[in-house]
Amino acid sequence: MTTKTKKTTLVEKKLIGLADIVIQAADRSKDPTFQIPIRALSNVSFNERKGLIEMGSKKQERSFFNVGMAKKFMQTVLVADALSELQRADLTTSLREIYYRTKHTIQDSHENTFDTQDESDPVIEDLEVSLAALREELHVRAENSGSIVGPVVFGDDGDRVDCAKLGKGGYSVPSIVEPEYLEIRRCTADFVLLVEKGTQWNRLSEDKFWRRYNCVLLTGNGQPPRGVRRLARRLHEEYKLPVYVLVDNDPWGYYIYSVIKQGSINLAFESQRMAIPKAKFMGLSSADPEQYELPRNVGIKLNDKDIARAKELMNYEWFKKPAWQAEIKRMLTSGLKYELDALANKDFQYLTKKYLPKKLQERDWLD
Amino acid sequence: MAQKKESASETESKSSAPRLTPEPAAKTKAAAKPAERVTAVEMGARQREISVSEFFTKNRHLLGFDNPRKALLTCVKEAVDNALDACEEAGILPDVTVKLEVVPNGEPVAPSQASRFRITVTDNGPGIVRQQIPRIFAKLLYGSKFHRLRMSRGQQGIGISAAGMYGQLTTGKPVKIISRIGPKAAAHFFEVQIDTKKNEPLVHENKQIDWEQPRGTQVTLEVEGKYQKGRASVDEWLEQTSIANPHVKLIYLTPERETKEYPRTYHELPPQPREIKPHPYGIEFGMLLKMLQDTKSHTLSGFLAGDFCRISLQLAEEICKTAKVSLSAKPRELKGPVAETLYKTLQETKIMAPPTNCISPIGEKAILSGLYKQIKGEFYTAVSRPPAVYRGNPFIIEAGLAYGNRPQDQHKPQQPAMPKAEGEHEEEDSELARVIRYANRVPLLYQQSACSTFKAVLSTTWKNYGLTQSRGALPGGPLVIFVHMASVWVPFTSESKEAIADYDEIQKEITLALRECGRRLGLFVRRRERAASEFRRRNIFELYIEEVVEACNRLKGGTLPKEKLKGQLQKIASARTGGQKTDDALGKTGGGPEGLPHSIIVTAEGVEGETELATQVEADQATAAPTAEPDLPGKTASTDEPAPKEKAAKENRAKKLPKTATKSGQIALFAGESGAKKKPGGRSTKPVKSVAPRKPK
Repeated sequence: MTTKTKKTTLVEKKLIGLADIVIQAADRSKDPTFQIPIRALSNVSFNERKGLIEMGSKKQERSFFNVGMAKKFMQTVLVADALSELQRADLTTSLREIYYRTKHTIQDSHENTFDTQDESDPVIEDLEVSLAALREELHVRAENSGSIVGPVVFGDDGDRVDCAKLGKGGYSVPSIVEPEYLEIRRCTADFVLLVEKGTQWNRLSEDKFWRRYNCVLLTGNGQPPRGVRRLARRLHEEYKLPVYVLVDNDPWGYYIYSVIKQGSINLAFESQRMAIPKAKFMGLSSADPEQYELPRNVGIKLNDKDIARAKELMNYEWFKKPAWQAEIKRMLTSGLKYELDALANKDFQYLTKKYLPKKLQERDWLD
Repeated sequence: MAQKKESASETESKSSAPRLTPEPAAKTKAAAKPAERVTAVEMGARQREISVSEFFTKNRHLLGFDNPRKALLTCVKEAVDNALDACEEAGILPDVTVKLEVVPNGEPVAPSQASRFRITVTDNGPGIVRQQIPRIFAKLLYGSKFHRLRMSRGQQGIGISAAGMYGQLTTGKPVKIISRIGPKAAAHFFEVQIDTKKNEPLVHENKQIDWEQPRGTQVTLEVEGKYQKGRASVDEWLEQTSIANPHVKLIYLTPERETKEYPRTYHELPPQPREIKPHPYGIEFGMLLKMLQDTKSHTLSGFLAGDFCRISLQLAEEICKTAKVSLSAKPRELKGPVAETLYKTLQETKIMAPPTNCISPIGEKAILSGLYKQIKGEFYTAVSRPPAVYRGNPFIIEAGLAYGNRPQDQHKPQQPAMPKAEGEHEEEDSELARVIRYANRVPLLYQQSACSTFKAVLSTTWKNYGLTQSRGALPGGPLVIFVHMASVWVPFTSESKEAIADYDEIQKEITLALRECGRRLGLFVRRRERAASEFRRRNIFELYIEEVVEACNRLKGGTLPKEKLKGQLQKIASARTGGQKTDDALGKTGGGPEGLPHSIIVTAEGVEGETELATQVEADQATAAPTAEPDLPGKTASTDEPAPKEKAAKENRAKKLPKTATKSGQIALFAGESGAKKKPGGRSTKPVKSVAPRKPK
């Protein structure tokens, strides 16, 4: 442990700082307390100029000698310990492994430090925000759950990965895509198309849509993970590629778009490096069914949850643009939502051959 | 019209006379109509009287002999009820022995497999005069209890003779009785059977014998039955009997040849219930007609004032005026519409509620004593409601609760500390409360859900009192709910006396009693929770300090002075959870059961509340248990006077008056270790004072 050659990293210093808080408080007979920024709608604000969701300065205290917080406090220290272990050993790990690493039964009792992963995940997020350290910096990775295909070449651990030569399966986007882990060697695409659903990404990849329209196809299989968002941002930033988002026409699709564009409420502190304020909403728009003559019978009735969520979205600062209010209202008025897959009702290749070409040609998107 | 009236008066007379008079001929005729013609004369030839005994031979389920298991219980119950009623009426503290033996039918078998049993119930009661023995035991509907309005266990005079008849029916064996009315009299032995056609006793054997008991009665029945422990068993019934009758000494010799002893823990006889005259609101028209015929008065006003309670001569005159009947009319001549008007007037006149001294409740102290004796709990409370009236019958509802586990038992199951995997939880206590129901001190074991008491328990919102309760279910937790109805006439839903009928007045009283008990329990539960949460706080911090210190040490690369940090944190922890305050909440310092009258609280430190009662119970149990150590005086020393048991009992009796006079009866006392058997050393040292000394740490 002490034989490591690496210098103590900044993150490790921050983690050790937590132990110092405890020690200092104990010295002065005070209740050890951590300050943790609040990760909720109440503590975020929309910066219109930057087009980003930014985290406010509200903090919550987590004290040890408070019955309600004692366990959380103890868990925070344990996770900090595990994270610093990762730093020293220079390893990356998953959220689940951290859960297992920190789980044990407390001595002389039959209480576990953690009962489920649901208890350890938020603690890790707490540490991310309170130490202002990125998850990658904490050496915690998420699952690889994104794919990319198109005229772009990466250098990954010294291997050359040409995403134009990976068939229809493409390259699996790693969860950490910072320059020191993933190098973008070359990119000749004209734009990035981020698709919500893996199934539609497969359709486009199979049809070689990216070759015809010279673009990069990205998917995150639902809510895109950090790796995918960060990669899109890098392509956008480093190669000046416009980013278009293709999602289902439902409140959840809208929100996915907004997370890509402005950042999420939960991880607002990461907006700075993840959000793509210039991203455009390509579809499916609530205007499309009429435009593209989708029959009513391929729609799905909005349920109560959908309606509640849609109304919630309308209240978010970043959905206040008139075009967006109209978009959501139109969906609520029709009472229907549409999946991307519904386009197959017209033709299996309708998305590739008709829908997207027309959208691109008419520059029919929402900002 | 006339027919309708007849059948109405027939149901009317149900409460006063056997309703097994010959079926009205009209009915039979109606049924036979569509078939081939039969003349009335032919039919008349077939119509004859049905004897009560014959009727019950065919309908034995009506009396609680539906199946062998229940039949065994019913036989024991009838014999014990009779014994207790007799003792109490004679003013004798009852000593009852119940013996159940397997009667081998060929090969000897295990009690659970046997099908034939001999039941012997012996009491120390007044005995029965020789001439009455056959009729009491071998004639249905014969006895002293039916014709008077007085609270007793038995009501109809069916019970023991029905049990005898059941035995006779299933085994052919007669009932054997030994009875002796005093040391100077001879003991008589009888063997009797019932002539089911005539409902008359047949005496098989009648002789004088030598009997070791100076006084009392012994009944032996041989019946077909099934012995099975558990719910609604003989064992359970006897145990519950002992709870509601702590003044009874009960010895039970089980078929497995064990001896279970339920000692007497309350040394006073319940006050003698008085006999009352019927209240006008409680009678029905047919009953009135019968009373008019039977009365000894020669004038109507005399009859009204003399044969009913709560009617003065003045009121009688008023009633006669309203009913437009002459004051001096001869009661025997009042019939038809005139009698009907009189009945209506009686019901409409405002008459004072009946006197209530005819009921003898068990009493809060005795209930506490019974519960404390039989049920191991942490908290006990009892409530006796003031008397109330339904349909002219006075009644009293009493309720009690026993809750929790004894402190010494609480720690046992928490020992196995296996690390828990994801998804595994602490095993939750899904145990539901148990309701024990009584009518005139007799436990009711069957038809719980049909019983008014059970319904009242369900409709009480136990959540208000700190318990869990799912919709329409019993409350959860280690709880025993005791409900007793004492009345001159308990309205059962059937002749087998299994469930109390659902009168609004009764239901209301039960609910009120339960609520009062619940409120006290709620106070106790909340107080304990407060203490537990303080305790948990302290525990939590102590538990986590270790973890936090270890993690900090690792973060600091193993260079931390661990012990120092731990010490500092522990100091903060105990400062934050406040030693003094916690001790208060944990009940370690004085206070007693605030606002909890008639309650006992058992803590690890001792007993609070009605301590005297608790010590008494334990002393009695100790003498009863053959293993008890002989240093009892040390224990009674805590009452400041080393009194033997008898004396303590007398003292109790003497103290009773002033205590009830203060009404609140709130006694806050602390006793020594309640777990005396575990720690024989520490029991006699602690003094009993109204303010307990703080325990030194």
